[in-house]
Amino acid sequence: MIEEGKKRVWSDYQKEIPDDHYFYVRSCIRQSFFPGSEQFFLRFMRDILGKDFFENPSHTTCTGIGYHADVVPFQTIQTVVARHFALMKESGYKNIAISCVTSFGIYTEIIETWKHFPQELEKVREFLYKATGREFDVPENMAHTSDIIYKFRDEIAAKAKNLLINKKTGEPLNIVEHIGCHYAKMFPKYGVGGAEFPRVLSGMIEAWGGKVIDYPERRHCCGFGFRQYLVQANRGYSLSNTIKKFSSMQPYKPDMVLTNCPGCTMLMDKWQYTMKEMENVVYGENGESIPVLTYEELAGLVLGYNPWDLGLQYHMVQSEPLLRKLGIEYDPDDKYKTSDGRQMPIPENMINV
Amino acid sequence: MGRRVVVIGGGVAGMEAAGQLARRGCNVTVFEKETETGGHVKNWFHLFPDRKDSRDVLRYLGNKINHNNITLFTGIAVEGIRPSNGSFSVFTGDGNEITADAVVVATGFDLFRSEKKEEYGYGIYENVITSADLERMFRKDQIRMHDGSIPGKIGLVHCVGSRDEKAGNLYCSKLCCVTAVKQAMEIAEHLEDAKVFCFYMDMRMGGAMYEELYREAQENYGIGFIRGKVSEVAQNIDNKLIVKVEDTLTGRPLKMEIDLLVLMAGMEMSEGGKKIAQSAGLDTGENRFFKPADLHFASNESNIKGVFYAGTCTMPMNITEAISHARAAAADVMDYLDKQKN
Amino acid sequence: MDKFGFTLVKGRRIDYDSNDRSIAEYVSAHEPSFRICIECGCCSAACTTGNFTQFSLREIQILLKRGENDGVRDKIKKCMLCGKCTLVCPRGVNTRNVILLIQEAFRKNIKNAV
Repeated sequence: MIEEGKKRVWSDYQKEIPDDHYFYVRSCIRQSFFPGSEQFFLRFMRDILGKDFFENPSHTTCTGIGYHADVVPFQTIQTVVARHFALMKESGYKNIAISCVTSFGIYTEIIETWKHFPQELEKVREFLYKATGREFDVPENMAHTSDIIYKFRDEIAAKAKNLLINKKTGEPLNIVEHIGCHYAKMFPKYGVGGAEFPRVLSGMIEAWGGKVIDYPERRHCCGFGFRQYLVQANRGYSLSNTIKKFSSMQPYKPDMVLTNCPGCTMLMDKWQYTMKEMENVVYGENGESIPVLTYEELAGLVLGYNPWDLGLQYHMVQSEPLLRKLGIEYDPDDKYKTSDGRQMPIPENMINV
Repeated sequence: MGRRVVVIGGGVAGMEAAGQLARRGCNVTVFEKETETGGHVKNWFHLFPDRKDSRDVLRYLGNKINHNNITLFTGIAVEGIRPSNGSFSVFTGDGNEITADAVVVATGFDLFRSEKKEEYGYGIYENVITSADLERMFRKDQIRMHDGSIPGKIGLVHCVGSRDEKAGNLYCSKLCCVTAVKQAMEIAEHLEDAKVFCFYMDMRMGGAMYEELYREAQENYGIGFIRGKVSEVAQNIDNKLIVKVEDTLTGRPLKMEIDLLVLMAGMEMSEGGKKIAQSAGLDTGENRFFKPADLHFASNESNIKGVFYAGTCTMPMNITEAISHARAAAADVMDYLDKQKN
Repeated sequence: MDKFGFTLVKGRRIDYDSNDRSIAEYVSAHEPSFRICIECGCCSAACTTGNFTQFSLREIQILLKRGENDGVRDKIKKCMLCGKCTLVCPRGVNTRNVILLIQEAFRKNIKNAV
């Protein structure tokens, strides 16, 4: 592998990521599946870096899941997104920070559509005005929140308490980076590093001391595929895709998978349980499954946050093997306690514990 | 009127045109931007379809250009042409200006920069090389992988930067199919145990003796042909390249491990040619090559009277065609100079 | 295993390296003209059997060359050896011998024989 060649590709896909003043839009599913991620992001940006991230409680789903499942028409989703832009305008922001890759893909698709078909934009202005009386501006800049963590990766590295190194062996951790399809495959110019050799997550991993695994199926979809996963009868396609991906990464003995897409994180995490149940296979070492983390969770671990405050216990695949490699101390008794110390129910049959 | 002709480019077409004009009594000045004449041919080993040693062609062209009426400048590029009072001022990169009664543009082509096809990983995966890299290996009689070992399985990818609008080139480069077949056979000769595969969309074997070469490759060399454009390349843990292609004849995706992958880089308008086109106001086509005044009966003429084209600066051509085109350019130049005289 | 209301899907991808191409190699060794097919489809277009059943000599020979033998085993028995394919083949492939050799290779259960 020639690193210089990759750097040349990355230099073709430099994306302008604003330093400050964002209108922040949440993901539908991350708050329930990875509840610590968005919370960490906002706290880190606001309290540690002192940045301005504004949230408007009237923000809704982008309806991307409905759009990809063929139940929400394109004009409807354009109008929903236009409403988000109206909220943003009303709050006085020009940069949007999007927490979800599906939403990010939706926003880029819509903005590109408006660039090529200005008449669509005019129609949507009319729809939104008739429905809500609101007016909107197209954002001046659009960043996925992984872009923003990427931008501040060196600041995180400078404050690091735990580098991505196996404390026992001193070797860097082997990390699979998985980029959501809708991050850059539709419009490579909107992704840091483009779509073939994306830099957004590999840049974080390298800045924090880990080693990026380049495995044959790195470009392959996680298997989510919306209607493949959403319809039970189609889930065989979804799972077969995921198996293809995990089989391809297995020889590299990954210590963890890092993703930037809610759907991918959820699926690659939960499908490992399904694969174990259905096929009796695991893809990690020593009969373990591979922890799948969001970039916020990983940044939090690097910065020395308590793993339970980051929400790692809410994953299907538990992260204890990873925490041990990193030499992170944790109290197993605190794992399922509320912030005021009350004991919550403990899940049964946890993976990797 | 004099018979001062400037030929821009000392490749196949430029050398042939210069030789023809010199023999007809013109005073010819040739500018070649490289330190040596011979263009791309000097980087090639054997030529299709008869496997002629490229040095034979260079020897022929060298004899052509070795003439009292020819002044050759190497290492000097032409930057612009300007008409002035029925003749032309030709400006060179070293700041000089030379007057000519007619100009032959023979700026040739550049090979497509294969790293632009990011999905093939040229410049990233060590064992992805180009057709030009392979010719250098042939010359050294050393077809080796990056670590020095002998490749057992070699793939040749057709249409790299050709018939690919995303790469900016809608056109067919015409010569890559036959180059792939020639190179596949040569690999099989150099490495007896190697398995060689061509990944193609169509076999465009339109030249003299091309189809015959293809048949020979199938029958006597056991070259595998897989119809489908390679979609992406990756590398596995053993440093083998993983090629993904649809085998369009079975209608199914296909995966193959490859030791050495050779990209058949297409032909593009040269950067030098682009610069001249812009400064001189010469028309270029949708394919960015110089646009001849007429594709049927004026393929050597430009939109400026007295400026003529020879060879691959107008479209992809093989050596035979480039030489014929250069001879035709010389005939057009003579015709033009004769008319100017009267 | 149908534990969650769905089952795994078999991949469609041809894994060239793990496939067994010994049938194709056997035919190629005994009938070299097998190698010069250019997949034009004349044989299949003229074929009596192929006009009424799922039989295509073009497809059969490419499947064997890729080592996808399972789909061929039964199909190859459908040929009636009428000779039309030989008549129309522009490359002059001895299709009759090709078909007989394929049948023979399956009968003999050829594996890594060449």
